[in-house]
Amino acid sequence: MLFCATLLVALASVIVIGVILVRGAGGLRWEFLTAMPAKGMRAGGIFPAIVGTLELVGLTVVFALPMGVAAAIYLTEYAKDNWVTRVVRLAIVNLSGVPSVVYGLFGLGLFVIFCRFGTSILAGALTLAIMTLPVIITASEEALRSVPESFREVSHALGASQWQTVRHAVLPFAVPGIMTGTILGISRAAGETAPILFTVAAFYLPRLPHSIFDQAMALPYHLYVISTQIPNIPQVQRYGTALVLLLLVLSLNLLAVVLRAQFRRKRSW
Amino acid sequence: MSTKIMVQEWSVWFGAIQALRSVSLEIRHQEILGAIGPARSGKTSFLRSLNRMNDMNPRFRSTGRMTLDGQNLYTELDSQQVRYRIGIVFALPLPLPISIRDNVTYGPRLRGERSRERLEELTERSLRAASLWDEVKDRLHQPAMKLSGGQQQRLCIARTLAMEPEVILFDEPCSGLDPISTAKVEETMIQLKSRYTIVLVTNNTKQAARVSDRVAFFLMGELVELDRAEVIFTAPHDQRTNDYITGRFG
Repeated sequence: MLFCATLLVALASVIVIGVILVRGAGGLRWEFLTAMPAKGMRAGGIFPAIVGTLELVGLTVVFALPMGVAAAIYLTEYAKDNWVTRVVRLAIVNLSGVPSVVYGLFGLGLFVIFCRFGTSILAGALTLAIMTLPVIITASEEALRSVPESFREVSHALGASQWQTVRHAVLPFAVPGIMTGTILGISRAAGETAPILFTVAAFYLPRLPHSIFDQAMALPYHLYVISTQIPNIPQVQRYGTALVLLLLVLSLNLLAVVLRAQFRRKRSW
Repeated sequence: MSTKIMVQEWSVWFGAIQALRSVSLEIRHQEILGAIGPARSGKTSFLRSLNRMNDMNPRFRSTGRMTLDGQNLYTELDSQQVRYRIGIVFALPLPLPISIRDNVTYGPRLRGERSRERLEELTERSLRAASLWDEVKDRLHQPAMKLSGGQQQRLCIARTLAMEPEVILFDEPCSGLDPISTAKVEETMIQLKSRYTIVLVTNNTKQAARVSDRVAFFLMGELVELDRAEVIFTAPHDQRTNDYITGRFG
């Protein structure tokens, strides 16, 4: 029974990946990756969508990583265990349970309209950053907590201040865990459609974005558009896009797994 | 001999549990004061009070007075200043998972020492004083975790010495070590006596007898007796001390 259930899960993912691979591999040519879309997206490549997703993801890391790590450091190393901290923790847990389309609407309201960023990479990256924050905070907290208490004690005993202790005796040993968590959070953000739907995504923009205040195409939204909004798209176009997105996300996850394994092997305490 | 640390009516609580009951004693300049007693006797709580390591425990409370060279340890000095002047070596060897050299220079670097030559010189001097230099001088860049337990503990002593403290606290420093490593650590402590004031907490009464000038016997949070080592171990005044050192309990 249990084995069958497990097999079913594995089978499902093998089928999904297999189908996309078989139908999309034919489209995976150099000009598909590097050319602008043409003929109402029925031909040409997906270069601007790839660049758009990479820019979004990059900017998301820039916003989410420092804020998430700072919050995690505060929560594990400074905050006293009182009701305020508990409320903050609860809020973070709840944040990770919010449906992604709600983040999209929130981003539209706050960043696009209220902050007047307009539909832009900036607004989209900020929205994705907020969505990714709980993942980064939780992973970082766990990584910080897994650093033995004795390191902190030793550091204090050698006359280090609280910040010096965090900076030199805790954080360096939590970096691999933080990186793993961040990459996993980011890979999820890279594949999300709903949060970028209202905040960045351009339906059809056969050029590269000029700045972070510009709209951009992005892989997940592009896939949605060519799959549902435009008739007579060649199959290879759709599955090719899906394959590129899948490869991007899978390689990020793989990177996280490799990093974690590497870290486990090398750590000496 | 002059007084280095003066302790007056020092009591310690962790939450509702009282760990020390009104302990008063003096620690003299450049002596080795041994502190013995069974588990939960308060000797470690006492030791960790001296360089304010208990401060990190949110349940810690204390009353009484402690002074270092006449300055109040808890009101006139801040905890960092105290730890610069009073170093501690823990029961388990706890090197950080960085190189041998970086372990030794950890304290000085964070205090702002930038000069390479000065750090090199400090590394060599501290490792020599901890009798470890000859064993590690060719591999200072290697991870400290690669050393044996005894070597790690001597590295921890070197790391404390590199802070150039005035007082060194040893919290059962040989509890995890084999007899040969123990002998080396004890030898190191005796050599250090000429320049440092030392407080040694130990479960090993024989070790206290071998190393200490004076010995304090703690029992259930109280200081039962404090006297020269030979008095404590040959003719103690208190019956409870006698029972403990002759092995009737503990």
